[in-house]
Amino acid sequence: MTQNFDIPEIRTPENLVYKKTSVLTDNVLHYCPGCGHGTTHRLIAEVIEEMGIQSEVIGVAPVGCSVMAYNYFDIDMQEAAHGRAPALATAIKRVFPEKFVFTYQGDGDLAAIGTGETIHACNRGENITIIFINNAIYGMTGGQMAPTTLPDMPTSTCPYGRDVKIMGNPLKITELLAMLPGTYYVTRQAVHSPALVRRAKKAIRMAFENQKLDRGVSFIEIVSNCNSGWKLTPVQAIKWLEENMLPFYPLGDLKVNGELVKKSE
Amino acid sequence: MKELRLMKGNEAFAEAAIRAGADAYFGYPITPQSEVMEYLMAEKPYERTGMIVLQSESELGAINMVYGAAACGKRALTSSSSPGISLMQEGISYIAGSELPCLIMNVVRGGPGLGTIQPSQSDYFQATKGGGHGDYRLIVLAPSSVQEMFDFVSLGFELAFKYRNPVMMLSDGVIGQMMEKVELSEQQGRLTNQQIDELYPWATTGKKPGKERRIITSLELDPGRQEKHNLKLQEKYRKIETTEVRYETLHCDDAEYLLVAFGSSARICQKAMDLGRSKGIKIGLMRPITLYPFPYSIIEQLSKQVKGILVVELNAGQMIEDVRLGSHDRIKVEHYGRFGGMIPSPVDVLYAMEKQIIGG
Repeated sequence: MTQNFDIPEIRTPENLVYKKTSVLTDNVLHYCPGCGHGTTHRLIAEVIEEMGIQSEVIGVAPVGCSVMAYNYFDIDMQEAAHGRAPALATAIKRVFPEKFVFTYQGDGDLAAIGTGETIHACNRGENITIIFINNAIYGMTGGQMAPTTLPDMPTSTCPYGRDVKIMGNPLKITELLAMLPGTYYVTRQAVHSPALVRRAKKAIRMAFENQKLDRGVSFIEIVSNCNSGWKLTPVQAIKWLEENMLPFYPLGDLKVNGELVKKSE
Repeated sequence: MKELRLMKGNEAFAEAAIRAGADAYFGYPITPQSEVMEYLMAEKPYERTGMIVLQSESELGAINMVYGAAACGKRALTSSSSPGISLMQEGISYIAGSELPCLIMNVVRGGPGLGTIQPSQSDYFQATKGGGHGDYRLIVLAPSSVQEMFDFVSLGFELAFKYRNPVMMLSDGVIGQMMEKVELSEQQGRLTNQQIDELYPWATTGKKPGKERRIITSLELDPGRQEKHNLKLQEKYRKIETTEVRYETLHCDDAEYLLVAFGSSARICQKAMDLGRSKGIKIGLMRPITLYPFPYSIIEQLSKQVKGILVVELNAGQMIEDVRLGSHDRIKVEHYGRFGGMIPSPVDVLYAMEKQIIGG
């Protein structure tokens, strides 16, 4: 457990091909190994560094697993009450229209308790970026049913699986938000493979670049895994995600430049 | 060259917000305070001063927008009435926990529940004892005239920023709706972003190169650190209690009987006092201006002088608990109140004084 993985003879300038972005702090992430939060954090931080906007960004953290996101981003941040991040972001952007403002929210925060704030911030066309991590479960509180929990998927509050007749249907909030005139860019991404990570980063970059256009909300859903909540190993969780989550939550752009993307069937 | 205007209390509050150099108002319509946002929208403060006015989707949205703007070091305010203020309690607790300055006005109407749209003072406990979850206090100002609806806006912002604490104006349907002459003060400028950066080292304005990032949060999972944070808040509240008590006394020097009332009740009591004095009954009036911090010491002092105290409130008896604490039950302290939107006349108050205190 106390192995030192640092091998100085390898860590030389000529061998340096990749390095942690300076927009992430040195604090150790509290996320479970295998979870998509860490990767998504890194992508956001890299985009901020590459755009050179570290001093111009204000982030809003949610309540949920990423409640302490402000420990990891080396930027000014505010911690919202559960579900209220889009309301905070609305105000921040309105008092600082020249800054870049983003919220980082999980499925319970964004699609259950904060549905009102989410829909109305999107409908008003606030010029902000919303990053939405959907892992279909409440991770922080110990694996309860989320608004996005799949039909028949077991959680600690639906241990025999989500019976949609009793517990209601999973909410595809991203599809719903794409229909609103206030959203400019709506996309669904994932971060469980290198190719997907590269694609997700491009989407995040576009979402931040869009704020310069003042055209409305840029909304990125990241379909992620919760191996702890799903009671699977990280590898099993990724397999489960691909087999179960992605058919229900298909990846790709839903709206680009304010135009709905037509599905080619 | 005084600028005088005949205004509703709610309008005076709105005009005061513009003139106090407020940066942002967020609100949701509710009777009896909807004139605030209506006045602001009609006045186009975004043209007059650059102030932002936004109608939110709910009181939850409004108070959390206030949180976001306040965390940026901006002068943010909202207003609502009782059921809406109940919805805001979550956000108010977060704002208090994160030590952010802001101004919240409650134009109180009768409850509980949807209650009535008529005036009441039944939110005294909620305003002065915390309101939401956790150990916290709001500075509570109680305007009793349209002039004070105007004046307490800049005073409220001053106190809010001095202590990094939310300030509530506890008004009611009478003060919000009635029209009186108001002397308007001059327009104050809004702070520039650079001034905010210099004045408020806690405000999230974007991390400056080479400087520490700024985080606004009320979360601290380590119990030792959370206790320390609570102790710091309590220390602040003790300081507020020793330095910010405000009240007004009328005819207390020779008073044998005392009326204690705030807001609209104090206006009724003023007339009742005059009626009593014309009958030869030496009545004085003590009007708390700050409900938190409560003026306990003047109550204690007067309780050594007068024979009895009548606390008059548009509720079932809330402030009377603080009056009793201040008087140490040295003398008789009784409550007279109407509720549900009913308002007593000065004659009713004088009768209660004669029956409950003097004859009792």
